[in-house]
Amino acid sequence: MSASSILSMPGGLFSWHRFVAVLLKEFVQMKRDRLTFGMIVGVPIIQLVLFGFAINTDPKGLPAAVVINDESPFSRALVRGLENSQYFKFTHRAASEAEADRLLKLGEVQFVLVIPADFSRQLQRGERPSLLMAADATDPSATGNALATVNQTIKQVMDRELTGTLATLKSVELPIDLRIQRRYNPEGITRYNIVPGLMGVILTMTMIMMTSLAMTRERERGTMENLLATPVRPIEVMAGKIAPFIMVGYAQVTIILIAAKLIFGVPIVGGLLLLSLALIVFIAANLSVGFTFSTIAKNQLQAMQMTFFFFLPSMLLSGFMFPFRGMPDWAQVLGEVLPLTHFLRIVRGILLKGNGFADIVPELWPIGLFMLVAGTVAMRRYRQTLD
Amino acid sequence: MNAKITTSNSATGKAIQPFSAEKPLVDAVIDVKGLTKKYGDRTVVDDFSIRVERGQIYGFLGPNGSGKTTTIRMLCGLLTPDAGEGQCLGFDIRKQAMQIKRQVGYMTQKFSLYEDLSIAENLDFIARVYAVADRNKVVDETLARLGLSTRRTQLAGSLSGGWKQRLALAACLLHDPKLLLLDEPTAGVDPKARREFWDQIHDLAADGLTVLVSTHYMDEAERCHRLAYIAYGKLLANATATELIQQSGLTTWSATGASLHALAKSLRSVPGVAMVVPFGATLHVSGANAALLDLSLKPYFDQADYRWIKIEPSLEDVFIGLMNSATDNYQ
Ligand SMILES: Nc1ncnc2c1ncn2[C@@H]1O[C@H](COP(=O)(O)OP(=O)(O)OP(=O)(O)O)[C@@H](O)[C@H]1O
Ligand SMILES: [Mg+2]
Repeated sequence: MSASSILSMPGGLFSWHRFVAVLLKEFVQMKRDRLTFGMIVGVPIIQLVLFGFAINTDPKGLPAAVVINDESPFSRALVRGLENSQYFKFTHRAASEAEADRLLKLGEVQFVLVIPADFSRQLQRGERPSLLMAADATDPSATGNALATVNQTIKQVMDRELTGTLATLKSVELPIDLRIQRRYNPEGITRYNIVPGLMGVILTMTMIMMTSLAMTRERERGTMENLLATPVRPIEVMAGKIAPFIMVGYAQVTIILIAAKLIFGVPIVGGLLLLSLALIVFIAANLSVGFTFSTIAKNQLQAMQMTFFFFLPSMLLSGFMFPFRGMPDWAQVLGEVLPLTHFLRIVRGILLKGNGFADIVPELWPIGLFMLVAGTVAMRRYRQTLD
Repeated sequence: MNAKITTSNSATGKAIQPFSAEKPLVDAVIDVKGLTKKYGDRTVVDDFSIRVERGQIYGFLGPNGSGKTTTIRMLCGLLTPDAGEGQCLGFDIRKQAMQIKRQVGYMTQKFSLYEDLSIAENLDFIARVYAVADRNKVVDETLARLGLSTRRTQLAGSLSGGWKQRLALAACLLHDPKLLLLDEPTAGVDPKARREFWDQIHDLAADGLTVLVSTHYMDEAERCHRLAYIAYGKLLANATATELIQQSGLTTWSATGASLHALAKSLRSVPGVAMVVPFGATLHVSGANAALLDLSLKPYFDQADYRWIKIEPSLEDVFIGLMNSATDNYQ
């Protein structure tokens, strides 16, 4: 008797027929589940596109503001030189240091360069004028490389500009007293940035996942028919299913905040009340997305896949994993749509920069808009009948 | 076959309802006309009309897949009919589903309460959704009536099949509905519980509750005031049980004796015999044409092995006859 015939003997340890029966059944079931099939193809494509094209861990062209208190060829050369290094792009010319600081706080710019009055005169006299380069260091990885090149870049500019009689000022030492300030995270500690960010990531994941199962579970277990036969209205079902998760969300936030403070030593500068306000909007936005998924998904597996499908770009394009400004424009546009992107800016703004209500409004309304759109879609998708 | 019961052999295939014209409209709890439902290009319910009066227990019968569940779902607003109109409890079935839902108790064919909630929690949920007054009392009473008071904290999912049915029925009675739509409520329920269930239904109907109940049990069909028989989505018959038997035009002989199986086998090919159905130790032989049937059975009557008695056809004989003729029409 050959080995294969022993194996395929009826009642043997391994029956070929039984194996094939299970195999075929699985293939047929896989084929039926269109969405799963789509995910099998879609996820690798998304990952490849996002990782391959969108993500750049060495962001360049970072927006910067300049305060020029000394109109001189030296100032202009300095600005031009920094732009030529590719890391900086001077998008704003601020009238005062206060104005520039505000831009930094709002996240409009990543850097502020302050050229003091009398800069060129002091330079020519060899008095080593001070030059301030302030960076928003909440995300150290976004500013690290740029700051590392500043010294070198300025030296090159000076070498070029200081000609003729001034050439004597060239020395091994920089003829300028360059002061680099890493604002909001002076020691460049990565977890100061990661931990508050994790709050948004964890909320996105759990909120969407939980609600995406909300209606799907009813449908899969057959309880939908009974629910629909009662006079309960869609909005009541949605509100009733979402509300408990808002509380779950707050519980998670509390845990994260306590851990952030006690375990990770993250400085908490801003108001927690303001944070809870932003949280309502953010949590509700995610719950609307989840609810929309749950009206589309046919079973719980599909609901989980949709969650993942949304979660993946949220992680990668929001500025959580990689610096937002390092991404190409199309990816930034996509990122701007996602609630997590805005929430990250809000939570880092509040916790690390001490931003107030007025500061977070520009980031809050896109989340609110997203919530409205997702909520409307969910309500439209919700069927009050079984057709 | 009597045209009053079925006219599905007529050109339109429409079922004639003998009563719809003369009876007053006032007390119709369900009054729908021309209900049609299609799934893709399959017509699952075809031009269905029915009128159910207040206090009636209306039996809804038909083979598997004939469209009973689909019809019931259209009546309570769970499915939108592709054609047809009508009212349920005085509300338009298309536009006023919400009002209908408030006063209807619908028991689904498949258990659709929450398996991960306890018995009491399920009842409490339903009572809250319908804003039942005096909720706790009503729930407690229901549990007591079911005999489930001591098991109130048991998860509904851990109940046996029959108990699930009984719980589901209790749940759809919580809010004092005016109309009960029951989709095979007693499937898998033991005989005693079934009897109790029907006694309860009759009590409720006496107080003015209207019941439309689908079933595959003949004894239950006989307990209904009126029956509607549907096959392949078409209403084929609509009358009382006695009327149906009378109007069926069937002649039935019952044979007893040894080797009935062999007898049945040989009778199936005899002209005039429409059905040969074993009923325990007897065999029912029916045909629509009495004279032809008698003629064909003549040789068997003379055999000493069997005792033949002419009997009134049972409801089951009538329904199987209807089913057979419907298949003939369908193909
Ligand atoms: N969602 C659906 N999609 C497609 N066809 C359906 C759907 N629901 C029901 N049908 C078809 O409609 C027909 C009628 O189904 P229905 O459930 O109403 O039958 P029924 O009379 O209740 O049967 P049973 O006695 O088995 O409960 C069946 O042929 C069924 O296959
Ligand atoms: Mg059914």
